[in-house]
Amino acid sequence: MTEAPALALRDVRKNFGATEIIRGVTLDIAKGERHAIIGPNGAGKTTLFNLMSGRFPITSGEIALNGARIDGMPPQRINRLGLSRSFQITSIYHRLSVFENVRCSLLWSMGYRYSFWHMLPRQRALNQAAEHILEEINLAARRDTPAGLLSYAEQRALEIGITVAGGASVVLLDEPTAGMSHSETDYAMALIRRMTQGRTLVMVEHDMKVVFDLADTITVLVYGEVIASGPPATIRGNPAVQEAYLGQLAA
Amino acid sequence: MDIFLVTLLNGLVYGMLLFMLASGLTLIFSMMGVLNFAHASIYMLGAYFAFEISRYAGFWPALILAPILCGLIGAAIEVWGLRRVHHNGHIAELLFTFGLVFIIGRAVQMAWGMLPMPYRVPTGLDFPLFRIYGADFPAYRAFMLLISAGMLLSIWVLLKRTRIGLIIQAALTHPSMVSALGHNVPRVFTIVFAGGCLLAGLAGVIGGNYQTTEPGMADAMGPIVFVVVVFGGLGSLAGCFIASILMGLVSTFAVVIDASFMDLLRPIGLAFTRDDLLGEILTVPVARIGALVPYALMILMLLVRPRGLMGTRDT
Amino acid sequence: MIDGMTGAAALGAASARPRRGVIGAFWIGAVLVAVLLPWLFFDWSHGRHSGFVVSMLSQMGMMVIFALSYNMLMGQAGLLSLCHAAMFGFGGYCMIHFLSAAGDGSLPVPMEVLPLLAGLCGLGFAVVFGYMATRQRATAFAMITLGIGQLVTVAALMFHHFFGGESGVSSDRTNASSLFGISYAHGIAVYYLIVAWTVIATLAMFALTATPLGRMANACRDNHERVQFMGYDPRAVRFLQFALSGFFAGVAGGLYAVTYEIVTFDALAAPLSANALLMAYIGGTTVFAGPILGAVLITLLQSGVSLMSNSWLVYVGVLFIVMVTFAPGGLAGLILAHVPIRRAGRLGRLVVPYVRVGLPLLAMLAGFVGVVELASFMTIGEAQGKHLVLFGNTINASSVVPWLVSVVLLVAGGAWFWRAAKGFRATWDGITADLRDLT
Repeated sequence: MTEAPALALRDVRKNFGATEIIRGVTLDIAKGERHAIIGPNGAGKTTLFNLMSGRFPITSGEIALNGARIDGMPPQRINRLGLSRSFQITSIYHRLSVFENVRCSLLWSMGYRYSFWHMLPRQRALNQAAEHILEEINLAARRDTPAGLLSYAEQRALEIGITVAGGASVVLLDEPTAGMSHSETDYAMALIRRMTQGRTLVMVEHDMKVVFDLADTITVLVYGEVIASGPPATIRGNPAVQEAYLGQLAA
Repeated sequence: MDIFLVTLLNGLVYGMLLFMLASGLTLIFSMMGVLNFAHASIYMLGAYFAFEISRYAGFWPALILAPILCGLIGAAIEVWGLRRVHHNGHIAELLFTFGLVFIIGRAVQMAWGMLPMPYRVPTGLDFPLFRIYGADFPAYRAFMLLISAGMLLSIWVLLKRTRIGLIIQAALTHPSMVSALGHNVPRVFTIVFAGGCLLAGLAGVIGGNYQTTEPGMADAMGPIVFVVVVFGGLGSLAGCFIASILMGLVSTFAVVIDASFMDLLRPIGLAFTRDDLLGEILTVPVARIGALVPYALMILMLLVRPRGLMGTRDT
Repeated sequence: MIDGMTGAAALGAASARPRRGVIGAFWIGAVLVAVLLPWLFFDWSHGRHSGFVVSMLSQMGMMVIFALSYNMLMGQAGLLSLCHAAMFGFGGYCMIHFLSAAGDGSLPVPMEVLPLLAGLCGLGFAVVFGYMATRQRATAFAMITLGIGQLVTVAALMFHHFFGGESGVSSDRTNASSLFGISYAHGIAVYYLIVAWTVIATLAMFALTATPLGRMANACRDNHERVQFMGYDPRAVRFLQFALSGFFAGVAGGLYAVTYEIVTFDALAAPLSANALLMAYIGGTTVFAGPILGAVLITLLQSGVSLMSNSWLVYVGVLFIVMVTFAPGGLAGLILAHVPIRRAGRLGRLVVPYVRVGLPLLAMLAGFVGVVELASFMTIGEAQGKHLVLFGNTINASSVVPWLVSVVLLVAGGAWFWRAAKGFRATWDGITADLRDLT
């Protein structure tokens, strides 16, 4: 018996006013898969993420997370069901310390809800988990620094950290290595690989090296439609993809 | 019927006065994101300036000079005050204008004292224009309608037919884009802020002798002007216009209605006397509730449609 | 998004925390001062306390709770509320009714516990109205609260049964019993009740900042969208924070009612809400204790300055504008900015620059006060028949000499201050640059 895919999209469409941005995307992402979504600028990759994570409502179609319909749900409900996403433009709590940022991302999954009676300094399991994440993203030295004062790469690492900390089974990363140098990219790749072990990873990326190294499956999105989807080797040889990218995949 | 027509006309006059004030505030708020708490204070200044000028030179020079003075003051506030605070965020700008309310309020008290000023309708306009169902409709009110309509037309022409108007329109809904296109947005901001204050001053000139000119007039007008701006929506002068007229009519009609909720219930047989809070709520005449209605409307609007009636931008 | 604090100022405040031992000692010291202060002004010859001092200190206590509860919204959750006094006033009105009920025996709750009930009333009010207001955020939220504030004020004048109309409601605080057998007939006993409740409320609000809700409120302030992708509904966070802040505002209102034994619609009205904003902002919204400082200072100014001058609103307005422009972190922010300098032992280097800047500042202030007071006496004072008296000499507000002196002080002092301030800034920047190189 086949398991329900981690994420299933069925003929998803999204219009902004009269403009169709996503034009009927049907896609299955299997559990534990490392799935990259690539495509030229304006293809709708981030919009797709926004639809999957609930930031925007879909115009028509269905999205299912682990077999259950999630389209139309507000983002927090989707997150509670096990889907977490990062942002292309770093979205952190700039006035809170790095440690606080991480701790906040753990609160709901560790059951604290809207509690105003638990004293945070006394929550050992919570604080230990936060320290552990800090070690993983190698920001333990910057523990008490306000997140707004971190360097760009450090903030991107924090962004990844707070995305995966909550233990979501499906992780969406939106251009995690955007704006990074080669060494920073290598570092980020290793971090991502480590922290998303055992989980389903969906990634939007422009850096082809990252894509081909990391992904099990690649989906190519052009003008809101999927033109190809499959293992890296198949995508590399696909003429339609090559045409869309004008040979950039040779890299 | 007679009360209805008279009230309708009065409501329109008040609504147009509100529009004069609210339009300036909407322009400022939509473009700069600044909710100018001191807007009603500028209105007050306009009335007082007009009073002073008309003491020496008559009403007509006051009509021209007082708004200009207010515009200049607005420009000064923007250039030397708001611009400095801009980088601290919208709330800081709002708080800045908040502080201005105290200062202007006290300055007015110091300069003119605490008592109302005898700022009268000019004798040239102090006659009944026509009689309607036995009540006089003063010519001055018609004059007010004329000025506010003229102002509305001028704004429309300015925005739709001039280059600066085009830039202002664009900046109303997309200020950062306009800046990115290379326009001198700070200067546009100054012009808009000064212009808004000029409008407030003009409203003060003609409103000051319609209502009373006294130090409390800013506090009396201020809140309802905010209601109008928020209700009408950001980025939309048309929405502001509709909201002004609506609020003007509602406020004026509410005062006239001499009934209560109990009167509504009585025809369907539900009449009782209760000597407690619930009884009070049901028997209070609508006229007294009238003061509440604009706020209730605004709250409802914000809950249902935070953009306001015809707003094109989110707050 | 509402963001009134410059990034640097806010972030600077966050990293300039003094050592924990110092903080603890400071707080204990503050409570001791609060307890002992009335005795400093005790009239030993007549054997009674100074009514003025006790009254002012009581006012300070209430306002500390009020301002702190306001900062739960402003500084901690990024919500600009313009109706905070509504919860305060409602708590006050309820307290009066409780006292009356205690009087005819239908409410056997001791005085010490009554503020808790008033707080629950404030909480109830905040739940009902907060449900509406917190559906929005930023400017829409502020506008809804503006509407609520106006609504409540008008309603208070309309419905006589509960609010007593224009003359308000009053009662007798000796109606309530006491857990410890204390008589609250005298102001000093009420003062100590207020001190106790201020300590309790402050501790509670401080504890709240270290709870999941408190932290998520901060998170919503910094990035309301991100919290959604961590499983939190920002509306729920705003709502709960608003409700809790309403509780404490209600407590403050209850204490107000006990102190003055009468509550009128002023306790609900916009000027008091504005006061909360002033106290929190001037004291400093980025630091927990900022509003405490603001409350003490503003109450002092209000009680003290308003005795001497009725232009105190102008001074508040100017102070406010100056803070908004140059010191968005408030007084607490300014003070905390000195902590890293002190830690590095460089504080001594600022003494001379401070003197250099302080002298022209004093001159400028003297000139400003002079101009304002002269203007005030020339116009309003004339009408009221009052005269400006300085150190026992009557000054004629219409003669040239005092005006000349004031204007010269203001202009010359201002110019001198401008130059000195530049020098101060350079020194300050030099020191902080040194510190950065050290770390």
